[in-house]
Amino acid sequence: MEPVLELRGITKRFPGVLANDTINLTLEEGEIHALLGENGAGKTTLMNILYGLYQPDDGEVIVRGKKVEIHDPGDAIAEGIGMVHQHFMLIPVFTVTENVMLGEESLHTGNFLDRATASQRITNISEQFHLEVDPDVYVQDIAVGVQQRVEIIKLLYRNADILIFDEPTAVLTPQEADELFKIMHSLTEQGKSIIFITHKLREVLEVADRISVLRRGKMVGTTTPKKASKSKLAEMMVGREVKLGVEKNPPKVGDAVLKVNDVVIINDRNQVAVDGVSIEVHAGEILGIAGVQGNGQTELVESITGLRPPKEGTIHFLEDEISQSTPREITELGAAHVPEDRQRDGLILPFPVADNLVLNTYYLPPFTQGVIMQQEAIVESAVERIKEFDIRTPSPQTPAGSLSGGNQQKLIVAREFSRPIKLLIASQPTRGLDVGSIEFIHGRILEKRDEGVAVLLVSPELDEIMALSDRIAVMYRGKIVETLPADKATKEQIGLLMAGIVQDEEAAPKK
Amino acid sequence: MSKKQEPKKKGAGEILLEEINGKPSGGASSWRKLGQTLAIPVLAIFSGLVLGAIIIAVTSESVYTVWAQSPLAAFGAAWEEVRIAYTALFTGSIGDPARIITAFQSGDDLEIRRAFNPFLESLVASTPYIFGSLAVALGFRAGLFNIGVEGQLFIGAIFAAFVGYSITGLPAIIHIPLAILAGALGGAIWGFIPGWLKVKTGGHEVINTIMLNFIAFRISDWLLSGPMRRPDSFNPVSPTIQESAMLPRFFESPIRFHLGFFLALVAAWLVYWLLFRTKWGFDLRSVGANPKAARYAGMSIMGTTVLAMSLSGALAGLAGTNEVLGLNHNLAMAFSAGYGFDSIALALLGKSHPLGVVLASLLFGTLRNGATRMQVVAQVPIDIITVLQALILVFIAAPAIIRTIYRLREPEAEEEGVTIRGWGGD
Amino acid sequence: MASTAVQREIKLVKPTRQWVMGFIFLGLAAAIWLIFSRSTDAGLITTFKLVPGGVESNLPDWQMPTLMTLNLLAIACAFLGGVQLFRGFGRRTNLVLSIVSALFIFGFLVWTAAGKSMNLTGLLNTALSMAVPITLGAFSGILCERAGVVNIAIEGMMLAAAMVGALVGSISGSLWVGLFAAVLTGALLGLVHAILSIKYLTDQIISGTVINIFAGGMTAFISSKFMQVNQSLNDPGIFKPIEIPLLSKIPIFGPILFDNNIFVYAMFIFMVVLHIGLFYTRWGLRMRSVGEHPKAADTLGINVFRTRYMAVILGGMMAGFAGAYFTLGSVGRFDEFMTAGRGFIGLAAMIFGNWTPFGSFGAGLLFGFSDSLASKVAILGVQIPSQLLGMAPYIVTMIVLAGVVGRGQMPAADGQPYVKE
Repeated sequence: MEPVLELRGITKRFPGVLANDTINLTLEEGEIHALLGENGAGKTTLMNILYGLYQPDDGEVIVRGKKVEIHDPGDAIAEGIGMVHQHFMLIPVFTVTENVMLGEESLHTGNFLDRATASQRITNISEQFHLEVDPDVYVQDIAVGVQQRVEIIKLLYRNADILIFDEPTAVLTPQEADELFKIMHSLTEQGKSIIFITHKLREVLEVADRISVLRRGKMVGTTTPKKASKSKLAEMMVGREVKLGVEKNPPKVGDAVLKVNDVVIINDRNQVAVDGVSIEVHAGEILGIAGVQGNGQTELVESITGLRPPKEGTIHFLEDEISQSTPREITELGAAHVPEDRQRDGLILPFPVADNLVLNTYYLPPFTQGVIMQQEAIVESAVERIKEFDIRTPSPQTPAGSLSGGNQQKLIVAREFSRPIKLLIASQPTRGLDVGSIEFIHGRILEKRDEGVAVLLVSPELDEIMALSDRIAVMYRGKIVETLPADKATKEQIGLLMAGIVQDEEAAPKK
Repeated sequence: MSKKQEPKKKGAGEILLEEINGKPSGGASSWRKLGQTLAIPVLAIFSGLVLGAIIIAVTSESVYTVWAQSPLAAFGAAWEEVRIAYTALFTGSIGDPARIITAFQSGDDLEIRRAFNPFLESLVASTPYIFGSLAVALGFRAGLFNIGVEGQLFIGAIFAAFVGYSITGLPAIIHIPLAILAGALGGAIWGFIPGWLKVKTGGHEVINTIMLNFIAFRISDWLLSGPMRRPDSFNPVSPTIQESAMLPRFFESPIRFHLGFFLALVAAWLVYWLLFRTKWGFDLRSVGANPKAARYAGMSIMGTTVLAMSLSGALAGLAGTNEVLGLNHNLAMAFSAGYGFDSIALALLGKSHPLGVVLASLLFGTLRNGATRMQVVAQVPIDIITVLQALILVFIAAPAIIRTIYRLREPEAEEEGVTIRGWGGD
Repeated sequence: MASTAVQREIKLVKPTRQWVMGFIFLGLAAAIWLIFSRSTDAGLITTFKLVPGGVESNLPDWQMPTLMTLNLLAIACAFLGGVQLFRGFGRRTNLVLSIVSALFIFGFLVWTAAGKSMNLTGLLNTALSMAVPITLGAFSGILCERAGVVNIAIEGMMLAAAMVGALVGSISGSLWVGLFAAVLTGALLGLVHAILSIKYLTDQIISGTVINIFAGGMTAFISSKFMQVNQSLNDPGIFKPIEIPLLSKIPIFGPILFDNNIFVYAMFIFMVVLHIGLFYTRWGLRMRSVGEHPKAADTLGINVFRTRYMAVILGGMMAGFAGAYFTLGSVGRFDEFMTAGRGFIGLAAMIFGNWTPFGSFGAGLLFGFSDSLASKVAILGVQIPSQLLGMAPYIVTMIVLAGVVGRGQMPAADGQPYVKE
């Protein structure tokens, strides 16, 4: 049988990077073909080429035996190709119907929208494929999992039969992910073919029919779940043997450094994002906060670091009450913060590396004497940090924005870790990084723990939480549903907690 | 010799480049980088002048008269028109070389001064631009778009004029600084309001400063038609300020060159020092470049924004003060030839760097001064300068156009710039 | 699986806002009583004429005892303020705010015309005319910003179109040709704005500022080079009012609404067409999607660039039409800088009107009303200087922007250039 889709020799160069190097890939009808690779391996680039968002420098795309040119997403849609993007492509102030019909509207005569017909079609599709959704609500009012279903309906509405899922589980709990996998299977049973992009080994082995691995823009090989194992796939992905676990010493737990007591925090939309959370982090331990993104972790971290004073409750950092303190006061007490979005919060991209390295100490001697900043002292210290933390930069004067993601993160780590600190708050410290950088940063975090620093680690990546934490607190809808010792916790258990399901009947949160 | 063996010592070009970019530059041939930095502004000005010439030619009636007889001759006529106009622009702004030579030959002091007067007048004309565009540039650096310079300038002028005429019996050494401070304060108040509104309510400073401009015009109009009108005048003019409040002039009348020019240069130096040498400047630039990261790093967005807007307003107020104390010696509705709006263009042309801003202001002061003569000699309305300014600004704001025309290469790295998005303001 | 995550919402109207509003209402009540009532002699009568000048009608004048009316208004405002303070109007706070404001303005009129007579119909008619360029300018802003392009060049586009309209109208001797040229001018400047901000990714506020400077300079240049020297180049005439039969005979509203020139009628037509176009057609859905989330639109095969170009050019044409109103619909002559900031006020009206056509018209009418009030008051010779009264629209705009009346919903991608990777 001829494949529904074939990519031959796809090559794409970006300035300074060969993102895709003569890549070949085939997709058979009715299969789930996983495309595995670490961050920056070129998976998304390849799919964006297929979807017409990028133009390849070389190579051809063959759909159902016919060579096609895809210049924009319109062409891709016409060829029956559809994509569920990692960041949803939904318009919050439009209804589900409007979002789905956009670009392929049902019309009365005279270009007037026919919402009723479109809405009926959506209902039909949702029944056929078991994708429960209300067509008439606004997208901003529905949960992330439902939004993802809307994205899938968008493809089916356009009669797409080649479906690309780009990291679809990043925003889901393990159970929601399982739900999604069921949907994917039911889609392939009805004749659809799926390309599934991910960097998570567990998911690949669970759901894929075939697995292709990309590394640094090159296709390493194709295999099947039966022939592969986690460690083998990891090796293919990274190109060397990878330690799947992190080795760590038993913790030497000291006194409580951070005590958060019953805080209530309001988010930007004036909703209660954190609803009565209490946690304690002790010296020499890592407390991991697990949870699907958007369950209040961001706001909690913002409160502890002084960026968003809580409405109620107290926060103690050693002896000091800091709930109404400014970020600078908290920093000066000895807190370090690796922010979740390094480019948005952690760096001033147009500024030189050297300036970014003193972003929260610039006003102190020796960097400033009186009110005058001392360039020499700043550069001198920058040179040291760059060496110590192995930041790859042409010079201390290079704008931080021209470094790679991994080096930007190392810059932040260098800045935060080289001060004398007692508390470290690390929010998604390895987001979007390659394995090398991840190992480096994990190593540094454990080092700090062993030095007696209290570490609060927040991450939606369950693997990261499980690997580093000594205790794990699971957050769901603004509450801590459970706190467990890491060595007793299982992935399944935490997964259920992340969905708000508590085994103990009495403690179950109300729906 | 290979390119890699660059001398470790900084070349003069590199130092100049550092000054312009406000930060040390790394490696690479410094003169070439300087060339790259200056290429866009220089070519933008050149292209603007060429387009201006075309506008002068096609709006000239004599060209059309000749065209009827011979299209070829029309080109000659057009060339002649442009030559006359631009010559007048030059002699009106820098001086007439022939006259300068004659003056020196005659050895007459007065004659020499008069021959240099166009040049001195250009400096006089540049002064409010320097203050005004420093105000805009300071705002840009803090991520704020201060369109309200014109209004701040009026309020500053009102304050300065009031202190200038109402207080009597002070020695100049006290009265002048007092009036200057009053002017700065007036502008600062008018800048403080949108700054405060931005941090407290999120109201975008662009709309608020535009509204405050109109309010300032109405206030001036009202004051000059009533409370502040000179008692013996029917025109909306304030009383003349006391002699003790007038900025000293360096030469006898009619040469008007006054202390204000040097005050403007001092202000430019102070702004430079503040922005690039002090921790406050670091705060200000950080908040401008990435407010979220600045807040994360413990800087006060609110304080910095309000301070930047107030300082920007104060500088704008000084632009008005300078005109009242140095030049007109009273306040009238028409005292500002749109300095505030022109300043936006000049701040962009000068890349929001004090040195660049001073150079851009000198250029436009010179052009505007020369344009007066051009209007008389060549019948080209003075407003052509505004058109020129808009054209140059287009090229500065969209350098890709210049690069396409002159086949320049793309720059390697993005520059530190300002962008303002939407009205929400977060 | 998790059900829809509607989290506990804090009360929609914050308590502080309830207090602030309550005090504003009480303040206005106090203003009516302290400023207006106290300076009014008992026994004065306020007369409002309900028929525009020059029209025959037997509609009687509307008369009322000044002091008593004022006191009643003050009591009403104070009552509403009290209720707001102690109970709060919740979601209806804004409605009550507009009622109180209306009462205050009415009180002002009653006080101004104490012992005299004021032509209410004339006042409203002028307000409508003054609202035309502001509202049309706001429509221009809606067209651009709904597609995600900020347009502060409305002022410059209007000014240039006003000049070209007068010039071409005079040369051709036809108002319609002049109007066409004006709209074309707007379209051209719109194209410039579109190219700068869409193709060259220039900051849209800078691009708009450039166009404003250019239009100011160019119109002044051409005006002083040609139109002031040769008056025949600056005499296009104006569109005459067209009386609509029957409808114009409706008492009070007939003469206000149905005896106007084409610009007023066009404004109403555009308002309805724009509303339907934006919210009920494919064109509007796609345009709004581009203004909200251009990348999402792109992934669905919608051409973001073309949509934005079209929107900005249409916006330019609308601004051009608004500009023509000054020369061809109102004054019949071009004067330098005659638009006098109406374009900016239009932008404010757009924000005030929450990026909707009907809302913008309402805001435009409010601004037009305060304009016409200022000129009326100057004629009646009231103690308040007209310049200070003329500040009202600007101050109101700033108050609106400060979110006192609640924040509008701006298109999410407004002002953000779209870069295809």
